Amino acid sequence: MRRTIAISKRIFLELIRDKRTLAMLFLAPVLILTLLNYVFSINTSTNVNIGVVNVQRSMKSTINDVKHVNIKEYDNKKEAKKALDNQKVDAIFEENQHDDYSVLYANTSASKTAMIRRILSASFTQEKTFQMADTLKQMTEKLGMNSDNKNTTNDVNLKESYNYGNKNTTYFSSIMPIFMGFFVFLFVFLISGMSLLKERTSGTLGRLLATPVKRSEIVFGYILSYSLVAIIQTTIIVFFTIYVLNVQVTGLILNVFIINLLLALVALTFGLLLSTLANSEFQMMQFIPIIVVPQIIFSGIIPLDSMATWAQWIGNILPMKYASNAMTDVILYGKSFANILPELLMLIIFIVVLLVANIFGLRRYRKV
Amino acid sequence: MQTVISVEKVSKSFGNQQVLKNIDMLLKKGEIIGLIGPSGSGKSTLINIALGVERADSGLTTIFGQKMPNRMLLGKLGYMAQSDALYESLTAKENIRFFAEMKGVDKKLLTPEITRVAKIVSLENYLDKRVSGFSGGMKRRLSLAIALISDPGLLILDEPTVGSDPALRLQIWQELHRMRDEGHAILVTTHVMDEAELVDRVALLLGGELIANDSPQNLESQYHVDSIEKVFLKAEGELK
Ligand SMILES: Nc1ncnc2c1ncn2[C@@H]1O[C@H](COP(=O)(O)OP(=O)(O)OP(=O)(O)O)[C@@H](O)[C@H]1O
Ligand SMILES: [Mg+2]
Repeated sequence: MRRTIAISKRIFLELIRDKRTLAMLFLAPVLILTLLNYVFSINTSTNVNIGVVNVQRSMKSTINDVKHVNIKEYDNKKEAKKALDNQKVDAIFEENQHDDYSVLYANTSASKTAMIRRILSASFTQEKTFQMADTLKQMTEKLGMNSDNKNTTNDVNLKESYNYGNKNTTYFSSIMPIFMGFFVFLFVFLISGMSLLKERTSGTLGRLLATPVKRSEIVFGYILSYSLVAIIQTTIIVFFTIYVLNVQVTGLILNVFIINLLLALVALTFGLLLSTLANSEFQMMQFIPIIVVPQIIFSGIIPLDSMATWAQWIGNILPMKYASNAMTDVILYGKSFANILPELLMLIIFIVVLLVANIFGLRRYRKV
Repeated sequence: MQTVISVEKVSKSFGNQQVLKNIDMLLKKGEIIGLIGPSGSGKSTLINIALGVERADSGLTTIFGQKMPNRMLLGKLGYMAQSDALYESLTAKENIRFFAEMKGVDKKLLTPEITRVAKIVSLENYLDKRVSGFSGGMKRRLSLAIALISDPGLLILDEPTVGSDPALRLQIWQELHRMRDEGHAILVTTHVMDEAELVDRVALLLGGELIANDSPQNLESQYHVDSIEKVFLKAEGELK
């Protein structure tokens, strides 16, 4: 126990003196979260320009009434095409003959294409309704009935309320829980892995193993110090997102800490184990695309249930998935400790397996 | 006298390169053995096998009569590796303290022990300086100080005096002789042939075999030369 504490003290001391790594651990997440928050909270509405050729007036005005849409008139298709090529318009809408339309999408932005498609089909429906209403009106007039000029629509009242957040809640809020866990995973994985790697390449591991220290004492020393790192990091991230970015945490903050701590231990034991496969810090970085990126892809940013079965299975063996699920449950849905217990247990299984693998793996450097 | 290290019929290959062939070696209490040999002859490998860091293909090593590898025995010896394995961002004192704790030195004895080993290598004025600011020789001395923690009965030193100036080298050897006279067993490797004159027995490792294992004086007369350096060159020449 004394050795474990001495090792963790030493690792912590080394970390505190390494200003760049400290910044990486504690400032980088804050910076990235701020950027993400900014990017996702700016006005997300896009404006589209539709070039129209030969379209009758009523249809044109219907389209023009839609928000974020500009109509540009062209005399013929050729001119309109030129405008499209010069990115002046995002689509060309043309009436070939009565009730026969054609549209050419620039289709360089999927969201714009989707938006135009929606606008056009809505406009068609509206046009038809108007026409029908007109016919109806004419018919009633012919029949000599009184048509009521008064606005007959009752005031419909819709009261909106939000289960989570408020009307300013953006996409950022829904991915934020995932990112809170992800940063802990990424930075603890890299820095702990590099720390053991450096200890190995500098020879201090060999020297350490030439003392009566137990292999498990080394691994637990790492665990102790990086648990502390994870707690500090989580504190910073949690308080920053709650008080500066105004993200609401519905559940208990303590649960957020528990999840992040367990995830950090997975990242730590994973980092330590993989560092034995690397011979330089650069090789350690190479694990980012093959180990870290899949974690974020399958973490729930893209809904997992829409994926193929094989892809869902990959997700099942990645620790980030369980942490993200638990994190989302706590932050967005206010779930209790009991509700996230299955996910926490999965994380604990990951930790135990990796822990044993590490203690065993150190045998490579000393036979006892 | 009591045997401290015994190496019996140890062989070791890396891939198809045989580094050690059937090595036998004994180190007794109150004795300094100087292990010499050309670069790449397997000196560090032999030490690593004795420590249990490396596994021999065949043969047996015992330290203090117990079979290696054995974790608890590591507390009874001081080891200084060929490379300065130190925590660069820590101070000299923090490095010594850390390894002292690993060796299980009593908490109350930590501070006097740090001062004691630092004095031996003349680093007592630099204890609070970070190792990253040390010169090569200072790092080497700090490394030696760490090996001396808790005054172990066996010292295994892989090139302890590299980068030390003559005065310091003399001081280190005086300390080694003092420890030997107190009954410690010491195994050193060196490339400095003058130092080989200062040991009790020279073990010359050549071509994977221990060519000679005798006192410097006996070796010199056996090879009809007047220094270990010439013994070394003559033995290496005969092998070719
Ligand atoms: N881990 C290893 N893998 C492969 N070959 C190795 C390994 N360790 C040592 N060797 C080889 O074994 C031989 C002996 O190495 P060793 O380090 O024991 O030499 P040495 O006598 O200590 O040399 P020096 O005086 O330069 O320190 C060398 O040829 C080296 O290439
Ligand atoms: Mg060597």
